[in-house]
Amino acid sequence: MDIRAQASMVFHLDKCIGCHTCSLACKNIWTDRKGAEYMWWNNVETKPGTGYPTLWEDQDKYRGGWDVVNEGGQLRPKLKLQGRFGALANIFYNPYLPSVDDYYEPWTYDYANLLDAPESDDQPTARAVSQITGKYIDTIEAGPNWDDDLGGSTIYAANDPNLAGLSEEERAELAEIQRVAFFYLPRICNHCLNAGCVAACPAGAIYKRGEDGIVLISQEKCRGWRMCISGCPYKKVYYNWHTGKSEKCILCYPRVESGQPPACFHSCVGRIRYFGVLLYDADRITEAISVPNQNLVEAHRSIIQDPFDPAIIRAARDRGISDAMIDAAQKSPVYKFVKLWKLGLPLHAEFRTLPMLFYVPPMLPVLARVTREGRYEVAGAADNSLAPLLSSLDKARVPIRYMANLFAAGNEEIVAEVYRKLIAVRLYNRAQQVGDVSADEMQRALETGRTTAEEAAAIFRLTSRPTYQERFVIPPIHREEAIAQTIDPYKERSETGFGLTEAPSRRW
Amino acid sequence: MLDTVLFVVFPYVAVALAVAVGLLRYYKDRFSFSSQSSEFLEKRELFWGSVPWHYGVVIILIAHLLAFLFPGLWGALVADPIRLYTLEIIGLALALLTIVGMVMLIARRIQRPRVFSVTTTLDWVLLVTLLAQVVLGFWVALMFRWGSDWYIRTAVPWLRSLVLLQPDIRFITALPWIVKLHMLGGFVLVALFPFTRLVHIFTVPVTYLWRPYQVVIWNRRPGPSGRRS
Repeated sequence: MDIRAQASMVFHLDKCIGCHTCSLACKNIWTDRKGAEYMWWNNVETKPGTGYPTLWEDQDKYRGGWDVVNEGGQLRPKLKLQGRFGALANIFYNPYLPSVDDYYEPWTYDYANLLDAPESDDQPTARAVSQITGKYIDTIEAGPNWDDDLGGSTIYAANDPNLAGLSEEERAELAEIQRVAFFYLPRICNHCLNAGCVAACPAGAIYKRGEDGIVLISQEKCRGWRMCISGCPYKKVYYNWHTGKSEKCILCYPRVESGQPPACFHSCVGRIRYFGVLLYDADRITEAISVPNQNLVEAHRSIIQDPFDPAIIRAARDRGISDAMIDAAQKSPVYKFVKLWKLGLPLHAEFRTLPMLFYVPPMLPVLARVTREGRYEVAGAADNSLAPLLSSLDKARVPIRYMANLFAAGNEEIVAEVYRKLIAVRLYNRAQQVGDVSADEMQRALETGRTTAEEAAAIFRLTSRPTYQERFVIPPIHREEAIAQTIDPYKERSETGFGLTEAPSRRW
Repeated sequence: MLDTVLFVVFPYVAVALAVAVGLLRYYKDRFSFSSQSSEFLEKRELFWGSVPWHYGVVIILIAHLLAFLFPGLWGALVADPIRLYTLEIIGLALALLTIVGMVMLIARRIQRPRVFSVTTTLDWVLLVTLLAQVVLGFWVALMFRWGSDWYIRTAVPWLRSLVLLQPDIRFITALPWIVKLHMLGGFVLVALFPFTRLVHIFTVPVTYLWRPYQVVIWNRRPGPSGRRS
């Protein structure tokens, strides 16, 4: 058993309002630089939709993540991108690399013209100027969040790879104007346990920090071979076309090391984000990804260890994990959502990178109306004599199949279990607050959701009324012991955020 | 006199520059070591330029190096006419490949505004020098036949004399000026090496063939025992 600590995250999608404040907080701190204009280390996508870069989930196109191959009845993981010799053979041209047009060409506006334009009959305009070439762009064809809120058409949503397995009828229903439904999917680097970018990097420049599992790219070791961009199935590694280096979300490690949550977490308006430590068994990583798709989520949960178990605590101490880190793991909201309550699900588990950012899926919008008695009734609920909300699972406007493709590698039962519990929590809470749910009905909901009144209360509390300290349990990294002693503080003070003393730009 | 400057003094200066500036750059500004790939900005034309260029030039360079390191073996190899013809034809084809590739790459950089905008002056100097060098090489191979044979009796002893610090240019003084230009071009590239993106040659990631897939770095290695990957 090799216990390690991992800085992990939960995004509660029910609470995301799609305001993009997280994206802007990140952009202002980290990617407001030449060559990084097009990068959104944190972005918020509308689902159904094709995302950013467009169609990133289509791994036939981009070859990210891992495959499993059957070797004599034994499943073995294999990097989907290419073999080791393939990496050297493709180094002059990576066939699977997205190009800037798969994201968008960054632009600004010619604001000076508004002031400096010579007198004329027409109002001066500020034309769009490419931030790459400096030339005017006549027609902007794509931009950040181009398909935000479905982008005003059915085109983007219709191409969503997660619609695979849905019937024509279901797809048509999704696009129907009166039933149309969508939700937001905020995405940052998942800081995976079996990261595809780390495995694909020919130079070995990408690494996981042992202490907290944050995945970083050494800007001094990166040689711009750009295999990481393909290797990451989430397309969360970006190529800086100016410096010739790859960059990615650093989980605001300078903030985390000083006890603050990452900027996107801190700024989240809907307070959907939770940050905490998980303890996991690194010896079982290969085992956890060598299972059929159906079992991936269960396998992922199984390598996360109980931080209260004395045997695990002993094993963790044996590996040099500090008591403060174990304490943080015990208080971790992520542990509760993911392991204890089984509500947090990994995004696209079938990529087999073991992402450590988990999502609580959004409650599917249901077709409902208020009855004459003033009750909120789901259409057809009376037919199967279930509590109104309890029957909503089958009446969901976004089919459960879609959610399963997104959050459970196609395993619908896993997603349905999460929803049953979420519905039970709602019913339980309605019984507490409004009091129009009979004890019988509530009991049935709790049983269906495989939960208890205590658990439902705890879930409600951490979902709706958590304090700042409950949402963000930042592990003390003991920087003063671990790092500061080895670095000259005057040098560190002048570093520019990438561990460099000079600005990251091209000088030769 | 000119020959001495060009084929004794200049090679030493070029190599000294390459080593000194190369090391200085590696230890003082490692961030600048990058292939500076522009594939992200333009893919399609890059394929038709970069792939022929790199595969062509890498094989040709290896052949030059092998003949220099093992002139005896190389001599035995080209002693048989059939093998000599085969080698020359392969060499010419590869040279043609590099020329086509480099012309593609230069045309692309001129025509595509995005790629043009990430091209520095030194990039242009380097590209033109590389093109000149492969055109010269092709010309020499075509006009002065059986270069794979006479190379080991002219350039190789001269290079060897440079390595042994007993420079001797008698082996090459009588060669046609175009052949000399090709030799000079080689050292011009050596001199350009530390100042340009050419430094990426020395960071070819062969270690990828055997390194473990996952890399974990600890600020401070914890635990009394156990493996750390």
